[in-house]
Amino acid sequence: MSHMKINKTIAEINEKIKTGQAVVVTAEEMVPIVKEHGPEEAARRIDVVTTGTFSPMCSSGAFINFGHTRPTTKASQVWLNEVPAYAGLAAVDIYIGATEASTDDPLNKVFPGEFRYGGGHVIEDLVAGREILLRAVGYGTDCYPNQKMEKKVTLADLPYALLCNPRNCYQNYNCAINLSDKTIYTYMGTLMPNGRNATYCSAGELSPLMNDPFYRTIGLGTRIFLGGGIGYITWHGTQHNPGALRGENGVPKRPAGTLMLQGDLKQMSPRWLKGISMQGYGSTMAVGVGIPIPVLNEEIAASTGVGDEDIFTQVVDYSHDYSHGIARNYGEVNYAQLKSGCIEVNGKKVLTAPLSSVTRAREIAETLKNWIVKKEFTLTAPVQPMPSE
Amino acid sequence: MDSRMYVLKFPKATIDQPIICNLMKLYGVEFNILKADINRQQEGLMVLELLGHKAKLKEGIRYLKELGVGVERVASRIGRNDDKCFQCGACTGICPTGALALERPTMAVLFDREKCSGCGLCVAVCPVRAMTVTLDHSAL
Repeated sequence: MSHMKINKTIAEINEKIKTGQAVVVTAEEMVPIVKEHGPEEAARRIDVVTTGTFSPMCSSGAFINFGHTRPTTKASQVWLNEVPAYAGLAAVDIYIGATEASTDDPLNKVFPGEFRYGGGHVIEDLVAGREILLRAVGYGTDCYPNQKMEKKVTLADLPYALLCNPRNCYQNYNCAINLSDKTIYTYMGTLMPNGRNATYCSAGELSPLMNDPFYRTIGLGTRIFLGGGIGYITWHGTQHNPGALRGENGVPKRPAGTLMLQGDLKQMSPRWLKGISMQGYGSTMAVGVGIPIPVLNEEIAASTGVGDEDIFTQVVDYSHDYSHGIARNYGEVNYAQLKSGCIEVNGKKVLTAPLSSVTRAREIAETLKNWIVKKEFTLTAPVQPMPSE
Repeated sequence: MDSRMYVLKFPKATIDQPIICNLMKLYGVEFNILKADINRQQEGLMVLELLGHKAKLKEGIRYLKELGVGVERVASRIGRNDDKCFQCGACTGICPTGALALERPTMAVLFDREKCSGCGLCVAVCPVRAMTVTLDHSAL
């Protein structure tokens, strides 16, 4: 990076954080700073930009070890509040996935299903400190003779609980419409017929990977805000696709990069992990994530200065194209247009609604900023960069 | 002109009377019916928006009450659990009256119960089930 005029290191920024001299702003606050002073001056003035996002992220869940029973059990099937957990691990290790439905859920038998309680709700109940009914059966072995157990547990009773989300923080996402003649119920919400409404799901300029489009500072090992506590990026996420179509500013115009995130569930909060029900689709979980970006040089400053009007996404039909894997779109729109409440598709005005909470994304970016200003949080250099092409 | 959303409950004995028609004729109150569930064997239920001068509206409502009609504001029958709501905004795309709307540029999800017609579309659309609408007979 010797061709840069500003060259800072993460160690230098951490030193500034420790002495209370670091200048930290949110990604939203960075937009006018870069616009007004240019990337070079912004890089000189600002040390850290904090980002945030809070929205449904289906590929989420938790590894739990629930401790040994007496006599011992090799649990082969486990339910938490009647939501099945994956038990094909060691005797008392399980994984509860956010989209797992409760065993007695009518699903879509009466369409559209309500999906009131699932894995995401179990995780929310746990972090809220509520009691969960843990039920397990085993087939019995010489070393694990017990074949049945049932007990009420709280998160505090569990020896180990790790939030482990294989795919979070999608770098951009589709804007969904429905061009058929009947209402459809999707993971992008309820879409009215004949393109009468559109939904989108990104915090735009506040969203983490929009501000570091080529993963120059965000990588394996990065310490982050996760579910109200501290977490880490532990790999790139499933479906990570850095090769997606990008704009001139480098920001993807299609769903692109993703992150795998982990953190100790016991220090998280129900305000930032919420079980949710998407009518006709299923249950899932909204996850709060915030990632700090060290402003090492003017290039990174320019990236963090990206505004909603510079970030574009494609309009996709979810009634036919998406469900049939047809790569077609009905034009591109930017996040300033999406957030305005109205976009134009096929020459027609279409009302938009978000699924990602901007006010909560802002709150996360502010919280992370406060942690850094109060010297409670320092930055980490990636152990290894994520695939960027 | 004032406009408000009301839930009216008609006792069985009043089912055969042209009450809403009289309300209009006697007090000059305009109405827009949003929901009507009238059944000879049971109490009737109606959700409607009443428009008129404040004083006339008041008189009209007194008239309804004198006939034994239960009158309640829709606003008192709906609610949002602000602990559950995480301000995503999904409801704003489906709300037909703008009672649920985004404030710009903050993107806060506002809830103006006075604008709500009690249609209930938001209840199932809300990912955290933060909205409650109780306009059914049992609630009245």
